[in-house]
Amino acid sequence: MAVSLREYRARIKSTESMKKITRAMELIAASRIIKAQQRAQQAAPYARELTRAVSAVATFSNVDHPLTKEEENPKRAAVLVITSDRGLAGAYSSSVLKETERLAERLRDEGKEIDYFLAGRKAEAYFKFRSRPFVESWTGFSDQPTYDKAAEIGRALIEAFLKEQGEEGDVDEVHVVYTRFRSMLVQEPTAVRLLPLEVVEADEGAEAPAPEDLLPLYEFEPSASEVLDGLLPQYVQSRIFYSLLQAAASELAARQKAMKAATDNADELIKKLTRIANQARQAGITQEISEIVGGVNALADAQAAAND
Amino acid sequence: MATAAGSEALHVELVAADRTVWSGDAAMVIARTTEGDVGVLRDHAPVLSLLSEAVVEVQVEGTDDVVVAAVDGGFLSVANNRVSILSEHIELGEEIHVEKVKAELEEARGLIGANNEAERRVRRAEARLRAAEKVSGSGVGH
Repeated sequence: MAVSLREYRARIKSTESMKKITRAMELIAASRIIKAQQRAQQAAPYARELTRAVSAVATFSNVDHPLTKEEENPKRAAVLVITSDRGLAGAYSSSVLKETERLAERLRDEGKEIDYFLAGRKAEAYFKFRSRPFVESWTGFSDQPTYDKAAEIGRALIEAFLKEQGEEGDVDEVHVVYTRFRSMLVQEPTAVRLLPLEVVEADEGAEAPAPEDLLPLYEFEPSASEVLDGLLPQYVQSRIFYSLLQAAASELAARQKAMKAATDNADELIKKLTRIANQARQAGITQEISEIVGGVNALADAQAAAND
Repeated sequence: MATAAGSEALHVELVAADRTVWSGDAAMVIARTTEGDVGVLRDHAPVLSLLSEAVVEVQVEGTDDVVVAAVDGGFLSVANNRVSILSEHIELGEEIHVEKVKAELEEARGLIGANNEAERRVRRAEARLRAAEKVSGSGVGH
């Protein structure tokens, strides 16, 4: 009995230290989320102005740009998968990968082959483990992405997209799978088509735009098409940056949630183990008492027999 | 429109990809587009133009202060007395480490001819250096 009591105590101790670790990770994730959200907010003005400018050019010129051109007969699609570098974030990475599989199935049904581009060590590990080919991968920045990384990814995707059909490494469409941060509790894996760009026309939505939303008659320098040339790649990169930032915030939120659950579970486990340990201790004491009582009785019996 | 806008000050925003670097009212903005230098005053016609790697100067409204920043490309949009300068990287003159930029410039110059990226890096580094010099007021030539 005494041995198992010691065992229980050891398990309680190890659970307690595990709980300390998960609690710390929960707190770290919680503090980083705020930073990630701030970063996303700080990046918003750039994205907003860029979108405005792109729609201005698109409205006032006949948009005909390689990045907006739909291939008549798309054969290959690139898929950028954004996952985390590290685990311990619940189902975060696996739900992105599941969404990717769904998208891949749909694309295959449409008769397209798929080139994978991966961001995050988890996606890389997933593909390597299944020895599935991928074109390129970027790792080491999932919880605090920089714009330079987004630009690097964007350049690779644009380059692949701009190649002529039939050329080595050409893709006709680019999709991105990332996790959208809706709130601290809800993050949903999302698949969007990035290229060819769909320029959102101003007449979208039923309500009339407010006067300040009306686009002024811009002059373009040097020319509308050259401005578009300069803007669109930046627009693509900014969209990727946005996805990375959303994914980072989602990863941290998922990690916080997972670690909170782990801490709660540890609490429960400790409670249960403490109860069992107390029971074992009590059983030990009871047995000792009954052994003593039994011994005393036996002695008394023996003495009574001797006195007789 | 012009009369209503006439009383408004020129509102300027310098926006980098990951943050708003500076925003406020200005008397004049001087920037270098791919076509040449432009100065933007109040009630400027709406314009959207590409910037080259160079220095942007903003004369702050009501003071003699000049905000100097280095941009690496990007674009300038002017409409309704709002000027937005967008670039992937924008650095204010005060934020620039002259020594670091000089080292970067040397390195990039050494790479010229090896790849196209090097020329861009040289231009970027030069723009940053000029911005830093303008702020410190030393005006050291090249």
